[in-house]
Amino acid sequence: MEEESDTRKINNSFLREHNYATEADIISTVEFNSSGELLATGDKGGRVVVFQREQESKSQPQRRGEYNVYSTFQSHEPEFDYLKSLEIEEKINKIKWLPQQNAAYFLLSTNDKTVKLWKISERDKRPEGYNLKDDDGRIRDPSTITSLRVPVLQPMDLMVEATARRVFSNAHMYHINSISVNSDYQTYISTDDLRVNLWNLEITDRSFNIVDIKPANMEELTEVITSAEFHPQQCHTFAYSSSKGSIRLCDMREAALCDKHCKYFEEPEDPSTRSFFSEIISSISDVKFSHNGRYLMTRDYLTVKVWDLQMENKPLETYQVHDYLRGKLCSLYENDCIFDKFECVWNGSDSVIMTGSYNNFFRMFDRNTKRDVTLEASRENSKPRAILKPRKVCVSGKRRKDEISVDSLDFSKKILHTTWHPHENIIAVAATNNLYIFQDKVN
Amino acid sequence: MFPKGTKRKFSDPGEEPVSEEDQVPVTPSAAARTLTSAYSLQRQSLLDMSLIKLQLCHMLVEPNLCRSVLIANTVRQIQEEMTQDGTWQIMTQALAAAQCPADRLVATEVLCRQTDPAGQSPKPCSGAGLEEGYHAEEVVMEGDVETEVTMSTLSPVSPQLSSASYLAGPFGMGPCWEEEEEDGECEEDEEEDSEECASESEEGDRDHLSPDTRTGEQVFGTFEIKHPAPPPDPALEELFSDVDPSYYDLDTVLTGMQSAPKMGPYDLLESLSSHGPTALSSSSSCRSDLNELDHIMEIIVGS
Repeated sequence: MEEESDTRKINNSFLREHNYATEADIISTVEFNSSGELLATGDKGGRVVVFQREQESKSQPQRRGEYNVYSTFQSHEPEFDYLKSLEIEEKINKIKWLPQQNAAYFLLSTNDKTVKLWKISERDKRPEGYNLKDDDGRIRDPSTITSLRVPVLQPMDLMVEATARRVFSNAHMYHINSISVNSDYQTYISTDDLRVNLWNLEITDRSFNIVDIKPANMEELTEVITSAEFHPQQCHTFAYSSSKGSIRLCDMREAALCDKHCKYFEEPEDPSTRSFFSEIISSISDVKFSHNGRYLMTRDYLTVKVWDLQMENKPLETYQVHDYLRGKLCSLYENDCIFDKFECVWNGSDSVIMTGSYNNFFRMFDRNTKRDVTLEASRENSKPRAILKPRKVCVSGKRRKDEISVDSLDFSKKILHTTWHPHENIIAVAATNNLYIFQDKVN
Repeated sequence: MFPKGTKRKFSDPGEEPVSEEDQVPVTPSAAARTLTSAYSLQRQSLLDMSLIKLQLCHMLVEPNLCRSVLIANTVRQIQEEMTQDGTWQIMTQALAAAQCPADRLVATEVLCRQTDPAGQSPKPCSGAGLEEGYHAEEVVMEGDVETEVTMSTLSPVSPQLSSASYLAGPFGMGPCWEEEEEDGECEEDEEEDSEECASESEEGDRDHLSPDTRTGEQVFGTFEIKHPAPPPDPALEELFSDVDPSYYDLDTVLTGMQSAPKMGPYDLLESLSSHGPTALSSSSSCRSDLNELDHIMEIIVGS
């Protein structure tokens, strides 16, 4: 355990050297909370590690609010479905924070089947001076008690404890791929391959099914839901993406079952690039509303697209993430990389979008200047506190010194999960089992 | 990335290697479609690859439905195109014409290797995988019995396992019994990512023989229903002897790209190609399965 917490410890935004990497340590999700003070990560072993930003201190101004481990807990355990004789993975698929309403922090974490609401609270005082028992809990002999006293709260070492407050189970036949908290802070949706369920945060024994695309005959199944998200301001609106590259915007006020969408976003296929892999690469792996609620961003295998909610027939902007892979689709299909689900994220002001790629590269696109940059999350290529050097993938024959050729890319090093601080330019990037936190340089 | 100097089995001398990089088989327009050998070969390779992906199952964890659906759609796409080209008819005719060898008794390859007889949870392994892959095939081939025959025989492990997995209970790991013949096939199945057309596993409302979707009996049953004609042998051998090396060509071109492939289809393909004819030809007729079962039971009881 000692080593595991070491693996996660952030020291100057870079991790210490470790030679081993267990599969359970593979980070499967990262998420800042709404203030940016906390950063949660979930891993394949079902654990959640929460980092907290240090208070900026006057004595050490150069240590500008670094993130340190705040709490670690086992969120989900592996389960066995006896009816189907299948294991249910404990891997945390998504974490979503609830807005802070008191001293405690709440987050939702989910694996393939079960969503849990966790409360993370601090305890820095404990009562001392009980009458009937000792400080270490042993019952006192009543004959020795000669006077009464009032227990007093004494300070103690800070203890952060996580308790599961709600368990939302048995509502999904298929694998949960996303959860999204509503802006009303009372409900949330959980989405699997074929259904979207609406929950009340207080009620765990039932949920409402609001989208169901399961066909009567499973043989006719050709499309699945890949992600869903609530609108950031309109509590009645949510969007869900499909494996065929379409996004549907639904209004819950129209009907109890939102199978009928009110907006349908899809870009017609370009016939010149049509191939057997066209459908697979058009499958949307992530959908995110912009903070201002006017745009939608989608990530498919090769591109990131920004959609205007008012325009359904084509995206507003399309950004090529790694178009040099277009000629390699066959091999990427063969080694299953074509099914990798990359996430995408907005910055706080919706001016920059970011997504991951292979070889531990991640890309940022500035929507205003139309400039983009490729950066790498790796220890070998970056020193602590050094500015990240932009990377470039060479597509043509002539390779410059610092460039890397497409054939040398490491496809086992993929950055699927990234998150951006809600207000500042701080990003967290998960590279397999390592977490990188990058901050904007302070002058 | 450098293409390895693999000998092409292709008879066409004027044929250039497809390209330095692997080429996505871009569908040519109907008018311009000349159905070059290279294109149809690539398409066939892609079809094989997809079918393998659908079949291989790592049944410990429930497979990814999205991925299965995408692969099944790809298979359907290829099949539709092949039907339009007329390639499909040619293949099915060739298969229908061939005979089924009577001496290829599945029973000779019996005896599951028990890797963990005692406490292992019933891991249907390829048995279920075949079923799932099978049902994925059904998705592709609605209503066309002939093509179903074709597609199912493309899956080398399918019919053997139908009887083997029937005995999944006593053996614990049913499908491994053909390990002698198929070398690392069972291991590969275990290595592969969970891969299954989950349509079957999720399905509750089909009229199956039993609620557990993985009994060999069930698989066997559906196999029987869907395959009135025994899958022929020599034609398939012929077909696949052409395909396999070309797949390797694809492979060698592709190999340079991958640093650490998540799964190793190369191993599987190797075993498939080397055992290809064997595997396919032992897809015996439904009739002989009962005899095999008797034989198998004798062996169990005997030992």
